[in-house]
Amino acid sequence: MPTRGGLEKKSTQAVVNGSVPAPRRTSQLPRNSIMGNFRDDEQDFGNMPELSDEALRPIRPDDQLKLTEAELNEEHTRILTTRNPQAAENIVRYSYKDRMYKPIPHIDQLAIHFQLDGNLILRDSDEGRRQIARDGGEYSIDDDEEEEEDIQTTIAATEIDEDAAAKEGDEDEEEKSQKPSAVVSKTKKLTNQFNFSERASQTYNNPCRDRETFVEQTPRAVFSDNVSQWAIFDAYNEDYDLQQKVKEKEQKKILAKKDEEKKKKFVAVDLSGDDMAKYARSKAASVSLKIIERMINQNTFDEIAQDFKYWEDAADEYREQEGSLLPLWNFQYELTKKLSCTHLTWNSQYSDMFAVAFGSYDFLKQAHGIILIFSLKNPSFPEYIYQTESGVMCLDFHHTHSNLLCCGFYDGSVAVYNVADDTKRPKYQSSARNGKHTDPVWQVRWQKDDLDANFNFYSVSSDGRVVCWTIVKSDLMYHDIVQLKLEQAVEEPEEAVPLTTLGCGTCFDFNKQQDYLFIVGTEEGKIHKCSKSYNNQFLDTFDAHHMAVYAVRWNCFHPKIFISCSADWTVKIWDINYKVPLFVYDLGSAVGDVAWAPYSSTVFAACTADGKIFVFDLNVNKYEALTEQIVVQKKRTKLTHIAFNQKHPVLLAGDDRGNVTSLKLSPNLRKKPKVKKGQDVNEGPEAESVKLDKILALIRDPDDTKSKAVPPQQQIGTTPLSATS
Amino acid sequence: MSTTVPSTQQIEVEETIKRIQTHKGVHGFVIVSNDGSFVRSTIDNSTTMSLTGLIRTLSDKAKSCVRDLDPQNDLTFFRIRTKKQEILVAPDKDYLTIVLQANEQH
Repeated sequence: MPTRGGLEKKSTQAVVNGSVPAPRRTSQLPRNSIMGNFRDDEQDFGNMPELSDEALRPIRPDDQLKLTEAELNEEHTRILTTRNPQAAENIVRYSYKDRMYKPIPHIDQLAIHFQLDGNLILRDSDEGRRQIARDGGEYSIDDDEEEEEDIQTTIAATEIDEDAAAKEGDEDEEEKSQKPSAVVSKTKKLTNQFNFSERASQTYNNPCRDRETFVEQTPRAVFSDNVSQWAIFDAYNEDYDLQQKVKEKEQKKILAKKDEEKKKKFVAVDLSGDDMAKYARSKAASVSLKIIERMINQNTFDEIAQDFKYWEDAADEYREQEGSLLPLWNFQYELTKKLSCTHLTWNSQYSDMFAVAFGSYDFLKQAHGIILIFSLKNPSFPEYIYQTESGVMCLDFHHTHSNLLCCGFYDGSVAVYNVADDTKRPKYQSSARNGKHTDPVWQVRWQKDDLDANFNFYSVSSDGRVVCWTIVKSDLMYHDIVQLKLEQAVEEPEEAVPLTTLGCGTCFDFNKQQDYLFIVGTEEGKIHKCSKSYNNQFLDTFDAHHMAVYAVRWNCFHPKIFISCSADWTVKIWDINYKVPLFVYDLGSAVGDVAWAPYSSTVFAACTADGKIFVFDLNVNKYEALTEQIVVQKKRTKLTHIAFNQKHPVLLAGDDRGNVTSLKLSPNLRKKPKVKKGQDVNEGPEAESVKLDKILALIRDPDDTKSKAVPPQQQIGTTPLSATS
Repeated sequence: MSTTVPSTQQIEVEETIKRIQTHKGVHGFVIVSNDGSFVRSTIDNSTTMSLTGLIRTLSDKAKSCVRDLDPQNDLTFFRIRTKKQEILVAPDKDYLTIVLQANEQH
């Protein structure tokens, strides 16, 4: 028995033993075979049969896997399947239908071990035939051909052989060369499929040319705009206006259209002026220019504007019965420096606008006249200027149509201006034929429209006539109302025919409540109570003053009280029913004008020739002025007229140097009566007249006047007017 | 035609402009039209140009603001009070008027 070690050892030992069995792989031997049960070194080949042939003895290689008995006996089942173990099992493909990755249902189990692409083509196939044809031979059994060729060549060779045996080599060469040449001649040259030449031709390419032209650039402008709510609003408005215009045009006749066209042409020519002219023509621009001017003035006179609005004299709290006048703006115009202010009037509609008439009171020095219309908003320059040939003595704004201004002149004519017009000429003017006064017209006053809704105004003049002028269809018609006859004729020599001379009217005023009733003041110092309906007679006459009456004014609230002032230095307050004045004030100098305050029935102001203004409040002090103040800049300036503003606590005073001063009334002068608790506050005209009544009641009763002047507000109720004196 | 015979309105406008220019405290007066041409100016050209450009944008903005709040309203006037002076601006449909006035010293 060979030793075990022999088997384990390499075959060299076996060589020693002699016959060497070819070493067989142990894996090749069946496992369960007798020979296959190999064990460890230590174990015997128990199962190993005794083998006679040593060559059959198994040889175990050294690197064989050594397994235990149990492991060796383990049964491993091997199944032969057609599954490719190397194939992937979880291939997924994206399914567009289901929009997701889905595993492939069937995975290819084909395993390719070796692949070789061949280049043999079957001779009988189409491709083969094609190739053969291409190569130059007919499709025939090439073998025959080759054989033929061979035979031919061999024949040739044999033939030649006979010729020259020595030329065998050459012949051989010839054979060889013939053979290929024969092959070439018979079949086409085998073209290399991969080596081909290409033939191409190129057509003639025309050279390209560029042609460019430049066009003159269309003018461009960048346009940008913002749209906002107001832009849309404007656009709609314009469209609406356009539609309205179209409608209007359609309604007009064709002739009218032609006229418009003509006008348009004219205007087109006009607009060819320069920028400045265009600007001047633009209405809106002049408005804005006006605003600018006013603003500049406001800046300059800022303090005054503030005072006008807000300043209240604090000292009035301490002074019970005194007030003051704060000078505000001073209105001047260069052309009026030599003229006197002859009248002042506020506009009825615009509380900041007032008109000033300039003329001359001097009989000998008569010059032209000017009407200036100022606004408080622009103190440096008048808004409107009208120049007239003769001095203007009086003015009045119409109460409703505040653009109409009637005025009376020194030469006796009257005129009506339309302020809204651009022209500086009066709209209507009376002439010598037309009822012009023969003496200066001292006062004019608009009246309510008559029955035919015509405007009318009254004038009074030194020629003794009170005339009513009516504007009828752009014409001025006059109508004498009253003639101021003197009650006592001037003494005449007995031979002469007595002439009824007329007194000279200097002022008049219409009762606010009873329109037909008016009072006229004369130069003789008389005041006549007249009615519009009675031409020849006065209703009453008052011997009011010793000298000319310069102003008579009805009280704004009380229907029976009026005030008059005169050159005899006095101011008198009257009741229409009584011949004796209720109050008499001596002011120390000729009183030029007197005016009631519009806010109180007991306040009035007077201006005198020594430049002072007096303000009285009967409610506070019946005998003394609350204020006595010089308001003129230069001495020896006479104040000629004053006027209260309806809305603001402002007083205007005109003097004989062509200045107009505005003054603010201090609070003491604007007092309204204190009301006791529990009493109703009665504002308004009735209360005012009641207030005045109370005062008058005191006056009437002589007993009361002797006692201290108790302020009437402490009295309850009104005592009826007792007919005393 | 109208350039030879100025209308009364034109005269008045000229006079007003003269008055404004000679008013106390005014040291600049510019009128510009909306398309940029100067109608009148009393200050030198470069300052005028810069002034109008800036004021115009401000005026447009202010106008837009006022009208956005109420389209029926419109801007008539505004002032800019600065330390050195006061700028008064009156915008208009076609024109823009600017005045420079010195501040009143109290």
